[in-house]
Amino acid sequence: MANVEKDALTGTETTGHEWDGIRELNTPLPKWWVYIFAASVVWAIGYYIFMPAWPTLHDYTKGILDYSSRAAHRAEMARVAEARSVWADRFREATVDEIAGNDELRRYAMAGGAYLFADNCVPCHGAGGQGGPGYPVLADDDWLWGGTREAIEFSIRHGIRSESDETRYNVMPVFGDDYLEDEQIAQAADYVLHLSGQGGSDAGHELFVDECSVCHGEQGTGLAEMGGPNLTDGIWLYGTGSRDDVMAQIRNPKHGVMPAWEGRLDDVAIKQLAVFVHGLGGGQ
Amino acid sequence: MNHEIFEKNVILLSIGILITVAVGGLVQIVPLYTLDSTIEKVDGVRPYSPLELAGRDIYLREGCYTCHSQMIRPFRDEAERYGHYSLAAESMYDHPFQWGSKRTGPDLARVGGKYSNDWHVAHLIDPRAVVPESVMPMYAFLAEKELSFDTAAAHMKTLRALGVPYTDEQIENAQADLLNQANGDADEADPDALLARYPKAKIGDFDGKPDTITEMDALVAYLQMLGTLIDFTEYKPEMDYR
Ligand code: HEC
Ligand code: HEC
Ligand code: HEC
Repeated sequence: MANVEKDALTGTETTGHEWDGIRELNTPLPKWWVYIFAASVVWAIGYYIFMPAWPTLHDYTKGILDYSSRAAHRAEMARVAEARSVWADRFREATVDEIAGNDELRRYAMAGGAYLFADNCVPCHGAGGQGGPGYPVLADDDWLWGGTREAIEFSIRHGIRSESDETRYNVMPVFGDDYLEDEQIAQAADYVLHLSGQGGSDAGHELFVDECSVCHGEQGTGLAEMGGPNLTDGIWLYGTGSRDDVMAQIRNPKHGVMPAWEGRLDDVAIKQLAVFVHGLGGGQ
Repeated sequence: MNHEIFEKNVILLSIGILITVAVGGLVQIVPLYTLDSTIEKVDGVRPYSPLELAGRDIYLREGCYTCHSQMIRPFRDEAERYGHYSLAAESMYDHPFQWGSKRTGPDLARVGGKYSNDWHVAHLIDPRAVVPESVMPMYAFLAEKELSFDTAAAHMKTLRALGVPYTDEQIENAQADLLNQANGDADEADPDALLARYPKAKIGDFDGKPDTITEMDALVAYLQMLGTLIDFTEYKPEMDYR
């Protein structure tokens, strides 16, 4: 404390340092601040004792409470699962049809399904299941792979052209690769237009039966086992069903991929979704 | 008072500040290198394949991290939406890691496999084409821009210097592996060699343009592997409580 002196005006001590005649006041810290600081120090010591705090060389002090945010999280998830098990167990044991047949379960599935759908399905199938180019409408009665609850459940669980071992899978051949002549492709396209009531011509009937009916059915009304869409109903996955769109699909077909949800979503969630999607309006 | 010497000497003041900050930093950082529990010991995590690495570079270049975190915290709401909380091991080969905390968009730590390649491409070209209310910017140019990957091997060598365990074999085959992964259907492709070096790598023509490897291919390959390396049905969380 070399040359500490009091400031004449305020009566407060100065730091004693002087710059060009200006001296800095050494105002004491406010009391409330000092007390809170001291309390924080005491709190910290308590924290070191109770909570994980100090690193040792390879480990760390666990504290009396041995708290772990991961353990706490797991405990919470277990509590949630326990609370839900009243419903979840019934869902696990029932088939999707049984769930839909029971008023209580059905209501639960529709409410839960709406959330699950918003979280997982809306980016592809649209907010109300209205679909989009390449993504089928789920709210109508036009199904690629079948519209029963069980078929829907299977589609959700294992996906379509997905990485699951049990995925639904089928691809339309590339007819444009020297397999069909240009005029045959045009003929097939005209026949598809005919089937969907857009004019066209039925000259390609035989060609259609030979080349297309295995997947699209003799009448072109679709085959759910093969995922072949109904070509007569005017509902299109790709484009608007114009002659160009149909020709493009025959020449070099596009194929939709739907991820498998098993693994990402649990059994209960998948069943809720199946009942929910079926209930969007078009279930069979 | 004695600190007058610091007040009147800029060099001493700077040295003083440096020492104080260094102590604060070292106390926080050094234990992370000595603690056994910093990184969980789990099976499955591997370094990025060359194509994924290129995609990750584009992710950084475009600043995707300014809107997306890659860190699922151990909270119920996050677990229900995104899946299992992130492990440190899942980002141990990230330099720098992409944890983040800014979530204008959803967390991407487990987005791999959630969507199809087609969806990612459509979404990156124009997010509003698939999610009408989206505020994410358009990245359509990625589909036009050819990927430049001459430096793939050099990049891997640099990462090796930082501790990523790339083998000599992986570095030698960097170009071939990259071509393999992006041209899964091409005749000369050798997917088995790629998968032996990088298990669970997603192979294919990601952007629907088989004859060119675009930046879109790389970015989608990266997105599709995020969070897919660890099999959580085998994982024992009680081993890694902290
Ligand atoms: C990455 C986009 C994507 C996501 C996300 C997605 N789907 Fe799909 N889904 C598709 C595509 C594409 C098809 C059509 C596949 C085809 O062309 O055969 C499809 C088909 C379906 C089908 C069969 C429709 C039919 O006509 O037979 C059902 C059911 C379905 N999805 C339900 C869901 C549910 C439920 C979810 C959410 C858990 C979901 N999808 C999420 C892309 C997606
Ligand atoms: C091996 C089975 C198979 C054969 C054979 C086949 N298709 Fe297809 N086709 C499909 C499948 C599966 C789809 C749906 C693709 C999808 O879901 O993404 C499809 C889709 C289509 C579509 C698009 C429908 C839409 O809604 O946009 C048209 C048009 C079509 N096929 C016409 C034909 C014609 C014409 C032939 C014969 C020349 C033919 N297909 C032969 C399986 C087949
Ligand atoms: C301005 C902020 C912003 C930036 C920058 C941004 N995103 Fe997004 N992203 C969003 C928002 C908001 C959503 C949610 C709506 C949607 O799906 O488009 C989203 C959604 C996504 C999704 C879907 C996630 C899911 O689980 O549904 C992916 C994948 C994605 N972004 C990837 C990227 C990539 C890759 C980049 C960089 C090239 C990027 N984003 C840059 C805001 C952003």
